Amino acid sequence: MINWSIIVETFPAFLEGLQITLILLVISVAAGLVLSIPLSVARASDNLWLRTPVWLFTYVIRGTPLLVQLFIIYYGLPQFELIRDSALWPYLRSPWVCAWLAFTLNTTAYTTEMFAGAIRATPMGEIEAARALGLSRFQVFRDVFWPGAWRRALPQYGNEIVQMMHATALASTVTIVEILRVARDVYTNYLVVPESFGMAAVFYLVLTLILTRGFKMLEKHYLRHLDPAASAAPAIPRTDKAPANA
Amino acid sequence: MFHGYLPMILDGLGVTLSVASVSLLVACVFGMVGALAKLSASPGLRWGATTYTTVVRSLPDILLMLCVFYGGQIMLNRLADAQGWGYIDINPFLAGTLTLGFVFGAYLTETFRGAIMAIPRGQIEAGHACGLSRMQVVRFIVLPQMVRHAIPGFTNNWLVMLKATALVSIIGLDDMVHRAGLASAATREPFTFYALTGAIYLAVTTVSILALTALERRFSRGVRREVAR
Repeated sequence: MINWSIIVETFPAFLEGLQITLILLVISVAAGLVLSIPLSVARASDNLWLRTPVWLFTYVIRGTPLLVQLFIIYYGLPQFELIRDSALWPYLRSPWVCAWLAFTLNTTAYTTEMFAGAIRATPMGEIEAARALGLSRFQVFRDVFWPGAWRRALPQYGNEIVQMMHATALASTVTIVEILRVARDVYTNYLVVPESFGMAAVFYLVLTLILTRGFKMLEKHYLRHLDPAASAAPAIPRTDKAPANA
Repeated sequence: MFHGYLPMILDGLGVTLSVASVSLLVACVFGMVGALAKLSASPGLRWGATTYTTVVRSLPDILLMLCVFYGGQIMLNRLADAQGWGYIDINPFLAGTLTLGFVFGAYLTETFRGAIMAIPRGQIEAGHACGLSRMQVVRFIVLPQMVRHAIPGFTNNWLVMLKATALVSIIGLDDMVHRAGLASAATREPFTFYALTGAIYLAVTTVSILALTALERRFSRGVRREVAR
């Protein structure tokens, strides 16, 4: 059924693809995280002039397909002479920069909305208490506001990273040789599905598994105070069964 | 402004919308079957449904689409060879809608499961006590009420799926994105046509959000709002 010699032969290519996938994921997510922190504060602000542009940005990005965004950047931008003549052109003609740009814009939009939601869910009393203690605005943000919002957003953020990892597969459409592109090349060479796409599926499955487990552990660490079993002595043995009425 | 390509792109919107609506139908079937399997008493059905949702949600949708498209092609060829039918091309519309339906069926399984679980258990017991059959309980008690609980998750999944239809252009379906590519090649104005496509997608998403919010309001008529107190 499965041709193992093809698997052995193409495995190194898959490992290289895995490396590219991870690089794409890490650089986009890192940039997205850095950008979305100030943007989410603006998005949750009472100031209309701060809130509206960020809302427009996230609405447009979240309302259009990532594939189209990638094509607008990669195929679309060179349409303009202004861009072809600019100092940025050597970068913008690289599929890497285009993919990174598209992925970063995308994850920034989703993460911004997520963090903004977590910020809005902050109990006012926490802020008032911190202000009453005489903390500066920046200290309130850094020591009270953000740690709480981050904890509230953590489960969703884990999902976003997994989604983003899957989204990097779109880079295969602009000549970047990540896992899916390797699979497509293997398919073109040998016309076999289990050894090409099946192999890629195994890679994505394992990556997803590692990421979800990792975030479960992070949640355990950061949300420890919310787990009654971990903070109090467990008087009742814990079962994983949901109550009948849930 | 669009060198006469606007009608062609708008025609492509028709393709995109038919892909989306057929996929949604398929997804609803998969989602409903999945949800009922997850809530069933049979461990085998529960295991099957859990495997389905876990595996599908762990893979990129574009990978699954290529898998179905190329894998289906190979299987079809083998079948055709064995039967002596000659070469048959797999239909990208069929491959695309089946994959999207299969993928989003996994997400809808969770939405529907949650919606069913939100219905008070006593109502279902009361239905049985009144002598309704299992089918009747589903038809008269579960389905009408789960719609309200399912709408928010359903809206989300529809929006994500709408955007995922752009992927069918990769397996060669003549949708909006594919046509934007053709028009770009002919006019050397890729930005114009991809931006136009993006704008049309945004318009469809906006209309969807407005329509589904109205629907949610309609199905929540007569429901007491806890927040309003």
